Amino acid sequence: MAIRKNNALSNETIADFVYLDHAASTPMRQEAIEAMTPYMSGIYANPSGSHRFSRIARKAIDEARDDVAEALGCKVGEVVFTSGGTEGDNAAIFGAVRRKSGIAVCSAVEHHAVLHCVENLKGRVVGVDATGVIDLAELERVLQEARAIGDMSGRVSVVSVMAVNNEVGSISPLRQVAKIVRAQAPDAVLHTDAVQATCWQDLREISKLVDVLSISAHKFGGPKGMGITMQRLGLEIDPLIVGGGQERDRRSGTHNVAGIMATAAALRATDSARDTEVARVTKLRDALVDGVMSEVDDVLETVPRDKRVAGVAHMCIGGCESESVLYLLDEAKICASAASACASGAMEPSHVLSAMGVDKKYSAGALRMSLGHTTTEREIDRAIVALVGVVRQLRRNKVKA
Amino acid sequence: MKVLVAMSGGVDSSVAAAELIDQGHEVVGVTMRLWGGESDTGCCSVSDVDDARRVAQQLGIDHLVFNFSDDFNKHVVAPYVQAHVDGITPNPCIECNRHLKFDRLSERARVLGFDAVATGHHAQVSRDDDGVFRLTRGHDELKDQSYVVYMLDQDELAFTMFPVGHLTKAQVRDRAVALGLRTATKPDSQDVCFISRTGGRETFLGNRIEFRKASVVTSDGATAGAVDALELVTIGQRKGLGLPGGGPKQFVVDVDTPNARVVIGSEDQLLRTGLVVSDVMWAYVAPVVGETVLVQCSAHGAAVSATIERVDGAGMTNSLGGLVLRFDVAQRRIAPGQSIVCYDMTNSFVLGGGIAEAVDPVTN
Repeated sequence: MAIRKNNALSNETIADFVYLDHAASTPMRQEAIEAMTPYMSGIYANPSGSHRFSRIARKAIDEARDDVAEALGCKVGEVVFTSGGTEGDNAAIFGAVRRKSGIAVCSAVEHHAVLHCVENLKGRVVGVDATGVIDLAELERVLQEARAIGDMSGRVSVVSVMAVNNEVGSISPLRQVAKIVRAQAPDAVLHTDAVQATCWQDLREISKLVDVLSISAHKFGGPKGMGITMQRLGLEIDPLIVGGGQERDRRSGTHNVAGIMATAAALRATDSARDTEVARVTKLRDALVDGVMSEVDDVLETVPRDKRVAGVAHMCIGGCESESVLYLLDEAKICASAASACASGAMEPSHVLSAMGVDKKYSAGALRMSLGHTTTEREIDRAIVALVGVVRQLRRNKVKA
Repeated sequence: MKVLVAMSGGVDSSVAAAELIDQGHEVVGVTMRLWGGESDTGCCSVSDVDDARRVAQQLGIDHLVFNFSDDFNKHVVAPYVQAHVDGITPNPCIECNRHLKFDRLSERARVLGFDAVATGHHAQVSRDDDGVFRLTRGHDELKDQSYVVYMLDQDELAFTMFPVGHLTKAQVRDRAVALGLRTATKPDSQDVCFISRTGGRETFLGNRIEFRKASVVTSDGATAGAVDALELVTIGQRKGLGLPGGGPKQFVVDVDTPNARVVIGSEDQLLRTGLVVSDVMWAYVAPVVGETVLVQCSAHGAAVSATIERVDGAGMTNSLGGLVLRFDVAQRRIAPGQSIVCYDMTNSFVLGGGIAEAVDPVTN
């Protein structure tokens, strides 16, 4: 038997996929690919150098930073290039606690990049309501309690609340969160993981509410391994990575010039197309959920449509198991997801659905289909047919087994 | 056929997948994620999943990971802990086969439209002329694992494949080497997968239950020593009983859990001719009273001859009834909780099996 050494996919095969996992990673935008290639093939100098070749690279980064600041609605000096959302989240939380001591607070539905930091620091986790939105009264209570203790160790040094949930797509009431944090913990750093907001919400509206905001490039058409953090000038947090002092000592390490160029290009494209994309994708998303729910019963739409972003169709399918649904969808070349995967690649039971109090009977059949800039009507039509068939097959076979 | 092969990341299941591909089946590999806790042994660490995935990639088949950790905890880990509290010596690997591989996984495979589930066990499934499925010992006598999969009934046997059962372990390794699989020289897993090599059973149980101190007494009631953890004592044990050195060999002949006493005695006092077995199920038809069978009481123990003294639910497959066996030659007492598997008199195929009862057959 011959061992197959090369599993590389041809473009033809990829074109055959229905890709509904944009919240996990969305395809790179053509603008981003074009923006990065000159810096991979020709302009290879280290932008921190003193010669003219370096200055060319430096200029490119400076221009990219201008564009990013514009899209984020912040000052140029507030833009920090990172390796991604996880780094941005870690840097904000560990950085604030290291500098100020005190405790970290976050919501129960945060991405693990936030939640595990807060848990690691033995911080406080605030519950959410049935739509995945942080319990504002509980947040206020937690902050008041910490304030009443008064000493340095019990003081809240950072509050992290995601802008948009990565599994179910709920939108956080960040304006109210900010109001509570400013009133009850005026010294605390307010951070938001806005990784899932970039495609669907104007970041200018979010950034003005917070002290630190982190996003990830591959979620909006940039490359993997790149992220941006908006960090208010004068904010006192320790850097996570120290070394050569790049990014004004906030994030050391040689600049990923090509990555930065691609990230800025992707953000520009995302920002300028956002309004039309939101309208287009909302229609497709609603057609997808309606198409499925009109054909099979006992399916819950996890979060009401007006409380979540355009790109996420999250459903809980009664009488089915997520792993089975995903396997059969995969057979039909439909790429979807359920919850986050652990290191082994196994699906973990969703901490988000559990925090929302979703009945196990339904959370066991969780399915996230997430749409993005390349999603087409044809893909949605195929996904409806496939998912309806899968649910029927599973329910039929379950009765037999 | 469309076959789902359970790939643990070991060499047997790696070669099982390769065999199935050779036989022309449509093969998908799956690794079950069973244990969420820390472990450095056995078959569910991330590095084992990595090995299974890489082998599947090399063989050119799809590889899935199913998270059955809730079921594993419910059917294997929690009962394992409770058994120790109850003074029973469990076999978690057999319970994993019973509840996970040949129940949860095979049901999942059926629902997903597979025609069979395969594993890398050294056992064989054959079919008689009259259509009856037989669970036959693996070709490699030293590696035979029919004992640990004895619970398969006709329905499961019809749905199960053991693609390396006809090979010796050496042949399996040769095959893996020839294919360049990274699992070729991986040592066999020996230990319970959810118990770490560094902490051992004592640490694992100690984190979950309160150990009871117990006195060690002779059969006439005289105190001879003491143990800190009654739960860790098993019938037949000789070491760790706090006994002075020298003198004749002393064995644990009884564990009196309600009274927190460990009874020791000579090897003779450990011998029994009778054995009560519960939760018995037969692969096809139950044997009748008076029939002689070969009985195996541990994974690599010899099968010894015994007569069926009583059997419930005769004639039925899946009976889950009781069974009383009378050994031709007295045997060391079997710890309650151990699996007892009956083979035919040619010692080639499994008739059925069950779990050794706590009832001491001396008084039975």
